[in-house]
Amino acid sequence: MSTLIEQQTEVALQATDLRVATALGKEILHSVSFTLQRGRMLALVGESGSGKTTAGLACLGYFRTGLEHVGGTVELSDGTNLLALTDAGRRGLRGGSISYVPQDPALSLNPAMRIGSQIMEVLRVHGYGASEQARRERLAEVLTDVGLPNDTAYQRRWPHELSGGQQQRVGIAMAFAFRPEVMVMDEPTTGLDVTTQALVLQTIHQLVTTHAVAGLYITHDLAVVSEVADEVAVMLAGRIVEQGPSDQVLHDPQHAYTRKLLNAVPDLAGRHHIGEVEAVTGAMPIISRERAASARLTARDVASTSLLSVADLRLSYGSNAVLNGIDFELGRGESLMLLGESGSGKTTAARCIAGLNDSYTGSVSLAGTTLQPGTRQRSAEERHRIQYVFQSPLSSLNPRRTIGESVEVPLYMSGTFSRKERRALVLEALDQVQLAASFIDRRPGQLSGGERQRAAIARALVNAPSVLVCDEVTSALDVSVQASIIDLLRTLQVETGMAMVFVTHNIALARHISQRLAVLHAGRIVDMGPTDDVLENPQHSYTRELLTHVPTL
Amino acid sequence: MPGLILRRLAISAVILLVVSMLVFVATLLLPGDPAQAILGQQATPERLEALREQMNLNDPFAQRYLHWLGGLFVGDFGVSAASGGSVAALLGDRIAASLVLMVAAATISIPVGILVGSYSALRRGKAGDHAATGISLVLAALPDFVIGIALVTLFSTTVFTVLPSVTMAPPGEQVWDYPSQLILPVLTLVLVVMPYIIRMMRTTMIEVLDSGYVEMARLKGVPERQVIWRHALPHAIAPVAQVVAIQLAWLAGGIVVVEFLFRYPGVGQALVDAVTNRDVQVVQALAMLIAAVYVVVNLFADIVGIVTNPKLRTGGIR
Repeated sequence: MSTLIEQQTEVALQATDLRVATALGKEILHSVSFTLQRGRMLALVGESGSGKTTAGLACLGYFRTGLEHVGGTVELSDGTNLLALTDAGRRGLRGGSISYVPQDPALSLNPAMRIGSQIMEVLRVHGYGASEQARRERLAEVLTDVGLPNDTAYQRRWPHELSGGQQQRVGIAMAFAFRPEVMVMDEPTTGLDVTTQALVLQTIHQLVTTHAVAGLYITHDLAVVSEVADEVAVMLAGRIVEQGPSDQVLHDPQHAYTRKLLNAVPDLAGRHHIGEVEAVTGAMPIISRERAASARLTARDVASTSLLSVADLRLSYGSNAVLNGIDFELGRGESLMLLGESGSGKTTAARCIAGLNDSYTGSVSLAGTTLQPGTRQRSAEERHRIQYVFQSPLSSLNPRRTIGESVEVPLYMSGTFSRKERRALVLEALDQVQLAASFIDRRPGQLSGGERQRAAIARALVNAPSVLVCDEVTSALDVSVQASIIDLLRTLQVETGMAMVFVTHNIALARHISQRLAVLHAGRIVDMGPTDDVLENPQHSYTRELLTHVPTL
Repeated sequence: MPGLILRRLAISAVILLVVSMLVFVATLLLPGDPAQAILGQQATPERLEALREQMNLNDPFAQRYLHWLGGLFVGDFGVSAASGGSVAALLGDRIAASLVLMVAAATISIPVGILVGSYSALRRGKAGDHAATGISLVLAALPDFVIGIALVTLFSTTVFTVLPSVTMAPPGEQVWDYPSQLILPVLTLVLVVMPYIIRMMRTTMIEVLDSGYVEMARLKGVPERQVIWRHALPHAIAPVAQVVAIQLAWLAGGIVVVEFLFRYPGVGQALVDAVTNRDVQVVQALAMLIAAVYVVVNLFADIVGIVTNPKLRTGGIR
């Protein structure tokens, strides 16, 4: 036991005064220093653009195109300065004593190489073992280490034949194959479902502790940090603003930015409110709990208040059933969260409701009228009343149109407004989403992610819809931006009284946005009811499993 | 994978069948009477009628088409109206001569184009890249006959007089018995075809070099040479194969101008002659031949695409 403690304090990598600049001379990492110790994990936390990945890659002596190292050192346990080595010297260390786990394994695994050969490549390049036989054995061993099957058939699979979680574990196996001293992990669980995330985090934790690897865990997800990290360094605009043991940083933050970041993290328990507006949910529900609870009492009650009603929604692609009969009702001004992991059919269901997918069977009715399946068959009025906000505002806003032009499109289509009226309505919509009037002439490329999503919401609002379908609208955003968008949606709901279907994989948002929660699994709603009821007293084993895997601060 | 390739083959066969119909109908619409063309203006109506009967010109349209189509399968392309000999015999040497030109141009331009394009991508933004992209842009902008004439001026008439500017093979001998005569036509074709391959290769290679798996390979410590050969190049080849296919197909038709310029006795010249002489059978045969080249090279490009993409190979995507 004592040897383990000694090992833990051994420094494996020390970055000192690290500075990185763009080719044009703009410095983007300002004097970053941190220490990685054996058997311990340092989490580098920051929002997009804070330079955390750049700092992580610098540990491997790697700088992306257009970036160059302008100062500082990265010293290894034997005292060599990695950044003073030649290209060949750095290459010898990469994948060997310092390895990297990429953010998106789907992009980082070579699609034209079998997974076994990709791992073998690391072993061959660095000359693991004496023979090919020894390398084969190590390959089988490392696959077992990360909890994957290690038979030859599995090794001969292509990356596209694996699930996202398995791909990520192959990425980890690749990084771990040569028994590195230091592992740099760049958001390895972003994009994974909570259940898969929990498994991957467990694998990482085991590897780091049992094999005394020094870990650098780059992430924006503070809830994950609390699960894996021993120490935390918070980055803001290329600087480390706060650093310390993870308990201290997460529970007694010193820097204002850390506090802001922590406040923005949605928590499952709903102890605090993200954002500034305290409405709709939690302490000040727009619909009282009694009424929400009564909503599921009798079918007649529901019918009388329901605005949107979905009955027996089914859809399959060939033999692959995506939706297996979905039923729910949505009342006026109500917010329903449609929660599901990837492949659960949540986005498909949302698209069917909006009429973007017209190959479903079953019915979608709005205020008592059954809607035609596709948007083309629905009347303009019906289309106005259900509006859709997409996950990625970058791809849903036309980059060649100004924000004003994009927001104006729905008005133009209805054809009842003059040019002047349209402009006035666009300005009003921008004002509703808290974008200044000057945004009207800007293009999406000039906006930040959060501003773009606001513009996309403005486009949905401009026709005053009665149902707003939000498809993963915050999952591409940083937590602080996510908080402000959630805030905005709640405010809008109070102001306009519209109903909302909020589609997400992030259960932690439940208490912050929804009055009712529907849990979707394999194309079926397995659990539905008032949010608090479902979270406190889940009926279905899947919901219970989901709840146990949610990382919390 | 075999299923996918078989399906492509079947589609190719259907396309060729449709092309054969179009070619047949189009040549029917050409003005002029083949029998008249063969016998000349002085022929008596009886002789014309007899020849029409002999050439089956009086049969119903569908029957003539099927007869012609059946002939294609056994290599019988009919009788040339201009010379009276069989089309196959007439074109045999011409096709071989053109094929020499095409294959030579392709074997030079494809590997060189891929290498220069990759080099350009690897040295992005540096002098070598600027030179390669600049020169290839200029070449791509020049029409083939301008390049041909410039080469003739440079190497055979005005500046250096080292290479022959026209092809002159004595009857009975093949063009490839005089390799020096091949240099300029081949060089012209190479310079016409290569810029597109270079530019496409550069673009796809740059895209691939920026991809996650290339970065990952570098972060795994894989030596740069292996990164390029194993991780980058295979992914860049498939889109380039499509461009190569289009270029090769262009060679089959575009060779006409170059052959005319250098008086090269290939299919291009044969086509020009056949159209002038109203030699319907030869025009039909050449049109089918060029269409077949298009279809076959595109099929090859599809197969390259399938082979380099495991998703397609294992049936992940249909």
